[in-house]
Amino acid sequence: MSVPAELKYAKSHEWIKLEADGTVTVGITQHAQELLGDMVFVELPKVGRILAQQEDCAVVESVKAASDIYAPLSGEVIAINAEVESSPEKINEDSYSAWLFKLKPANTAEIDGLLDANGYEKLLESDAH
Amino acid sequence: MLKTTPLNAAHRGMHAKMVDFGGWDMPLHYGSQLDEHHAVRRDAGMFDVSHMLTVDLHGENVRQFLRGLVANNIDKLTVPGKALYTCMLNPAGGIIDDLIIYFLSESWFRLVVNAGTADKDIDWITLQSSQHAPDLTITPRRDLAMIAVQGPNARAKVWAVIPDSKAASEDLKPFQSVAFGNYFIARTGYTGEDGFEITLPADEAAAFWQKLHAAGVAPAGLGSRDTLRLEAGMNLYGQDMDETTNPLESGLAWTVDLKSERDFIGKQALLEKPVNQQLVGLVLLDKGVLRNHQKIITQHEGIAGEGEITSGGFSPTLNQSIALARIPVGIAAGEQVHVVVRDKQLAARVVKYPFVRNGQALI
Repeated sequence: MSVPAELKYAKSHEWIKLEADGTVTVGITQHAQELLGDMVFVELPKVGRILAQQEDCAVVESVKAASDIYAPLSGEVIAINAEVESSPEKINEDSYSAWLFKLKPANTAEIDGLLDANGYEKLLESDAH
Repeated sequence: MLKTTPLNAAHRGMHAKMVDFGGWDMPLHYGSQLDEHHAVRRDAGMFDVSHMLTVDLHGENVRQFLRGLVANNIDKLTVPGKALYTCMLNPAGGIIDDLIIYFLSESWFRLVVNAGTADKDIDWITLQSSQHAPDLTITPRRDLAMIAVQGPNARAKVWAVIPDSKAASEDLKPFQSVAFGNYFIARTGYTGEDGFEITLPADEAAAFWQKLHAAGVAPAGLGSRDTLRLEAGMNLYGQDMDETTNPLESGLAWTVDLKSERDFIGKQALLEKPVNQQLVGLVLLDKGVLRNHQKIITQHEGIAGEGEITSGGFSPTLNQSIALARIPVGIAAGEQVHVVVRDKQLAARVVKYPFVRNGQALI
């Protein structure tokens, strides 16, 4: 199972990349895309929307099921990846390059509450048992 | 403890993603449900359907017994090997199960019933037999496996694996079957494509499966089986119909014979109960994916109504979302309805189904 060391993770299987400019990029993990299967539809939040932490803000739908995506941090949506909306299968091909949206965090203290790669791997192990 | 089919080890050997399907450990897909779907539409795929149950009925009065047991008219079966799709109803007209009945001889008919309803079906048939045909022998055949080979090249690939079977099976028309040694070959399926469903001894199933695979038949799981049957507009028991719905409101009026004098269980109820609902096809006009149990809002001649999606999903062939839905009668193909999806109402068009047949889009 691929869990890149440089990323942060949420328990609801989003990955979070802390960018140099203080913004964050959000996507879903390899584990999440594997569980969902072939992606066929992605709905992303509007740029400019203010999100609360844990707010459901996007939907990814596979042939199998719809899955809500939760904001891992509170903040403003500053960009969305239109490419995954038109080609949802990009998420299956590489879920770590097929990002969903970028946030400008409102409260950087929330970052400390995210899992690191080690913590996320432990979560996956405990889910598997 | 999940039940397993004779092909369980074969699925695991092919790295299937296994799921609990009504108590059976079954393959959902072997990597990509979409690829498996397309393989069946464009070439050939194979499904393990051994969880379904073959039930043999033997006795002198089997035909007479079946005349009363099922809603379709068993007397449509005049040539040995011919099959009939039918519902088995309770006295209220509710659907106990949908099944295929093969006419093998006047003293031997073969039923193939759904996995999830198999025990209930056996109990019901046994009860009815005790009252109406006590000499009947009811034999569940868990000693058999069943493999559905489906797709435009399915039959040719079966013949490549068992060349001797070609002469026996090449003239079969849809819904006809033939016995070939230990194999029972039927030109039936649940995908809207050509192909065979082959019933064979359980201990021969794994070897046959591997030979089909070597001949280029793609293993396909329950995921693609569901999207294929939805595109083909075929009902799924437990979703599109159950004991609380009858065939007339489930798109299955064509399988119910109300014209002949023959009486059958549920007939009186069907004749008495007004039909207020219908099963229709939907094509989503907005973006999104229709899912089971989503609510439908209808407007027809100024009257508001409600309905529900019974089977919704994404159609890989049409590259858009489609559904089967139960809505009030009167709403015709071409009209629009709205489907409640999360916090939105999405527009959908009512269509006649099937959506896809023999690889071709029909809508």
